[in-house]
Amino acid sequence: MENLNPGTLFFAAIFTNNILLTNFLGLCPYLNMSRNIRSAFGLGAAVVFVMTCTTVINHLVYYRVLVPLHLEHFQYIVFIIVIAAFVQLVEMVVERYFPALYFVLGIFLPLITVNCAILGASLFMIIREYTLTQSLAYGAGSGIGWLLAITLVGAMREKIQKSGMLPKGLEGPGITLIITGILSLAFIAFSGMIQIQ
Amino acid sequence: MADIITGLLIISASTAFLALLLEIADRFLADYGEKTIRINEEKEFVVKGGSTLLSTLGQNKIFLPSACGGKGTCGLCKVKVPNGGGPVLPTETPHLTVDEMMQHVRISCQLKVKEDLDVEIPEELFAIKEYRVRVERVDLLSPEMKYFHFKILAPEEGLVFKAGQYVQLEVPPSELSKEPQFRAYSIASPPYEHETMGLIITKVPGGVVSTYVHDYLQVGDELIARGPFGEFCLRESEKDMLMIATGSGLAPIRSMLHKIYREGAKRKITLFFGDKKPEDLIYYDELHEFDKTHPSFTYIPTLSRTTEEDTWDGEKGRVTDLIRKYIPDNSGIEVYICGVPAMVQSCNDLLLQKGIPQENICFDKFE
Repeated sequence: MENLNPGTLFFAAIFTNNILLTNFLGLCPYLNMSRNIRSAFGLGAAVVFVMTCTTVINHLVYYRVLVPLHLEHFQYIVFIIVIAAFVQLVEMVVERYFPALYFVLGIFLPLITVNCAILGASLFMIIREYTLTQSLAYGAGSGIGWLLAITLVGAMREKIQKSGMLPKGLEGPGITLIITGILSLAFIAFSGMIQIQ
Repeated sequence: MADIITGLLIISASTAFLALLLEIADRFLADYGEKTIRINEEKEFVVKGGSTLLSTLGQNKIFLPSACGGKGTCGLCKVKVPNGGGPVLPTETPHLTVDEMMQHVRISCQLKVKEDLDVEIPEELFAIKEYRVRVERVDLLSPEMKYFHFKILAPEEGLVFKAGQYVQLEVPPSELSKEPQFRAYSIASPPYEHETMGLIITKVPGGVVSTYVHDYLQVGDELIARGPFGEFCLRESEKDMLMIATGSGLAPIRSMLHKIYREGAKRKITLFFGDKKPEDLIYYDELHEFDKTHPSFTYIPTLSRTTEEDTWDGEKGRVTDLIRKYIPDNSGIEVYICGVPAMVQSCNDLLLQKGIPQENICFDKFE
């Protein structure tokens, strides 16, 4: 994928190849934390940050450490460990030096360690053979796309909760999955526009 | 083969490197230096910052109630922090009402000591002590439940508590957990026995403390307990009583019954006890004996999962079925419920429907 413009890739990762709405990755925190805009945005912002940084770090780790040592098959384990360590480190730094940011992101950071979208972005970048710049664009774009999706649904769920007219069986995850389905239909419709793999 | 070994070595080495990096970062970043905690505007402690308020106060022998062991799920370790502490964290908000937030109430197991703090602690919490206890006897009550009888070794005056209260039992580090762990257990022994303490502990799959006491604890071992905590206590009244318990929720009820009958009270008491199978009916003989010797006491056990082979001719179903069957509408009774949250909630809702006011229903939820 040498010839793909990073700008195009960035745009594609947000809209036409949204990692949540077209690949259905990171659904568990998405279902749980999209009850209101505030927490949805908090988690989304944390995902943007962690995804951008970990795709870049994992790109370096893969091509500078794993490939020369012929350990590509360990990529899953290594990526997970790198993500976990990175999240821990960021949490400590943020807690110490950015109390205001910690207040917004604080509890969401540890949750992200187990968010499969983060690992997914790292693995896609390897499978699709992105360069470092492309990986940066892809990581940031995917993160922003995830933020966009969860914030959209968070806003809808907040409205629905206030209207209070749902049948009992549809409350919570039920209606969220239906909304997600309709939203993803809309997003998938554009998925052929840009070829990113 | 060599590939596998080098691969493993390199992965281990890089994991160790990352762990080391985190450990170094923890040393430098999580070190908040010495901070002062001022309690009720009189006592001052200089403490090492960085830990939670709950554990920092615990190190200074001030014990706040906590059932979940500092995981932020029970919401019992509330304290007022008028100065310092920063904004209320998202992990605290589920346990706090708007009024409490306005009054600077915080969940002390979530709040970390990063600056000087003023803390208000109710005087009665200073009565909470740390006890050294020794296992005297272990009785197997049912396949999953054991009764642990402890002797209070220190302090000398023994354990003074009200029937219905609970203690936090701490178990030492083991292969189950690297750090000491504690959980809350209601006291099942009568309150007039000060030198001993009895706890009914159900083995929870994956539970660190319950697994430890069931599988590792031996007669003669010593543990630490703190308490007494809790407001699930008998009220001063002459109303007829209904007591509802399931599983180890019988513990505080048993303590209450012993107290009531020792004092020779004449109140009419009905006990609904629910569990799954005949072998789960803990203290069946003791309660049956109570039923026979005290005309004012009625014991009605019920089983929810009997099979054809069980020779059980008592009630079948759940405790809520017993409420529907035996409790008339608008009866002026006082109710004590203890057991798992779902059971407590459904009993409470049903009793409200039956016209029993909320102020006459006390409950203790076992998480």
